[in-house]
Amino acid sequence: MRTRSGRYVASIDQGTASSRCLVFDDRARIVSVAQKEHRHHFPRPGWVEHDPQEIWGNVLTVVAQALEKADLSPSELCALGITNQRETTVLWERRTGAPVHNAINWEDTRTDQLCRRLSREFGQERFRAKTGLPVATYFSGPKVRWLLDHVPGLRERADEGKVLFGTIDSWLIWNLCGRHVTDVTNASRTLLMNLHTLSWDDELLDMIGVPRAMLPEIRPSSEIYGEAGDALAGVPVASVLGDQHAALVGQTCFNPGEAKCTYGTGSFLLLNTGERPVTSDSGLLTTLGYQLGAGRPTYALEGSIAITGALVQWFRDNIGLIGSAPEIETLAATVQDNGGCYFVPAFSGLFAPHWRSDARGVIAGLTGYINKGHLARAVLEATAWQTLEVVEAMNADYGSRLAELRVDGGMTANNLLMQFLADVLDVPVMRPIVAETVSLGAAYAAGLAVGFWPDMSALKRNWHKAAEWLPTMDRAARDKNYRKWKKAVARTVDWIDEDD
Amino acid sequence: MPGRIQSIERAAAILRLLSGRSRRLGVAELAGELGLPKGTVHGILRTLQIVGFVEQDNDSGKYQLGAALLHMGSSYLDGNELRTRALNWADALATQSGESVRIGTLHENQVLIVHHVFRPDDSRQALEVGSLVPVHATALGKALLAHHRYLAAEVAAKALPSYTPGTVTDAYRLRRELDEVSERGWAGEVEELYQGVASIAAPIDDRRRVIVGAMGISGPVERMCEQRRPKAELVRYVIEGARAVSRELGAIPW
Repeated sequence: MRTRSGRYVASIDQGTASSRCLVFDDRARIVSVAQKEHRHHFPRPGWVEHDPQEIWGNVLTVVAQALEKADLSPSELCALGITNQRETTVLWERRTGAPVHNAINWEDTRTDQLCRRLSREFGQERFRAKTGLPVATYFSGPKVRWLLDHVPGLRERADEGKVLFGTIDSWLIWNLCGRHVTDVTNASRTLLMNLHTLSWDDELLDMIGVPRAMLPEIRPSSEIYGEAGDALAGVPVASVLGDQHAALVGQTCFNPGEAKCTYGTGSFLLLNTGERPVTSDSGLLTTLGYQLGAGRPTYALEGSIAITGALVQWFRDNIGLIGSAPEIETLAATVQDNGGCYFVPAFSGLFAPHWRSDARGVIAGLTGYINKGHLARAVLEATAWQTLEVVEAMNADYGSRLAELRVDGGMTANNLLMQFLADVLDVPVMRPIVAETVSLGAAYAAGLAVGFWPDMSALKRNWHKAAEWLPTMDRAARDKNYRKWKKAVARTVDWIDEDD
Repeated sequence: MPGRIQSIERAAAILRLLSGRSRRLGVAELAGELGLPKGTVHGILRTLQIVGFVEQDNDSGKYQLGAALLHMGSSYLDGNELRTRALNWADALATQSGESVRIGTLHENQVLIVHHVFRPDDSRQALEVGSLVPVHATALGKALLAHHRYLAAEVAAKALPSYTPGTVTDAYRLRRELDEVSERGWAGEVEELYQGVASIAAPIDDRRRVIVGAMGISGPVERMCEQRRPKAELVRYVIEGARAVSRELGAIPW
């Protein structure tokens, strides 16, 4: 039942580099897009911050621009959905709404020492058992603790609930509707929420040292949280999803065993594991998939590959052998194969499934035969091999093999890579016709909450294949290549010393 | 008009011709295209060579853009770059038209498919990226040829292979059709490559107003045409889609 007569859903995608607003119609077609970048501040090496007010201002701007481009008024919107960069931490005054510090970005590593101390003191296992996550600098809880320790007077005010914590979604909803909430997917990235009860966990709060009074209410990912005030006069804010979770929804991976991988600067593979959280013995993250409405949540296994698109950008900007990112494909196509060389981009260590912070990057198998084409090829192939490692870990944890992989993100424009990915994974790889799966996921969740779309089957029917790559590599070649890749990986570890 | 230096204008015209293609050109070809004596063109090319804007290929003796110019950021548009920029628009065209979308560029007298979006009906389809199709028997080809008339003349001078009874095999007919294509801004093809299949395409130009590729849709005649002419609504989608990609590449919208 539609409570508003609007024929469109708008999606706010607040990402690491920029904020965007996309407006969709009921056939999930993009009607308009507006985008605005925000600044990154690097006060010290390894520190990454944003200005929360700048982000909020940009969000308002892009929403207005998107509506204007489509010649729409807010009253024609049925709902507003929110998706955001995960883990980035904001603290603000309850009374005034003013931030007490810059937002600390998910890539920021200032909590490194704190994380190691927590790990030593309590053991990784205790955190993993409750949250599905390792204690790592990405996650919000330690960032909050850092701020409480380093900003004078903050802890007292936080204890009294005068200072509030939120990931970006909470910050946006606070400014839109005046409510302090978050959804299960965002909460699951704080190290403060119990994965099984879906609520803040006293033991975790105690270990990390964060007062309950400053925490938002945890809600499902699809529900009417409130109405947007001011310029958006009454539009229901009806979904919140961390970006990778939104992509899972946008790709309509609603059944257990369905998986998607978003190939961007870094890549994230999420596998829907159904109503039960699956423990990982292979270094993957157990996390929420989504929770649509008041029903049971859907869990997921997540494997993140830190350096994929970023490697191409590094190749372009630091090495200078290509003028633009797409040219990597042109250069790689000048040779038939990698010529025997392998590139393991462990720039900040190895992540899923190895988790070796003492590893650094390696190019192995070099001979006088190797030319820049082979290097370009190795750069692309690195993404595929890393994906295979994550998929194998997932198959082991989940107990059944992945049958196909849905992909999205910028790097899906690279045909050479996508074909190689299919060859290496030995399953069909497919790309949907709406590439904007993150924004679409938030729109879908919001639309479901207000009845704009009736149910998840309707969403599945909107998913259409835009391209498909089928495996062509023969088994022997694949196995040999993989063996060499693993040798290259083995050569990355044990690099960082105590005195580095 | 006072103040315009003729040799610079001619040099600019030569550079434009060399920057819009995926192959090299010889003095005779350039002279023919510009309607100038070969000696004049040769003189300009020599100076362009000296300043590094043009290079001569040792084997063929033909000319191409030189490194100095390429380093100024005006290299020809890489097919992979074109695909990346066009991705969202190609998807949108497929959704809007309900047909499969292809983007092609000129490659050695044929059309190279640099992007292919499936018909969004989840039917079994094979990705055609990397395949080559004939320039005279496809809408993509005609859209490209209409803006590369020297190549068109060269293609027409050789025998034009026939694929169906409808394939254009006559040079004069092809030229007339290309005149129409260039005037109205889109090309059509009805059962000229495959029986039962029709296609519509429009050119894509970039910041330098050089035609860098073409985008089009292709599908069964029954859906694509009305009385054997491409449907106006579909033609509009294709033109708008190609225009959107051109805008994306920096061409001034018209």
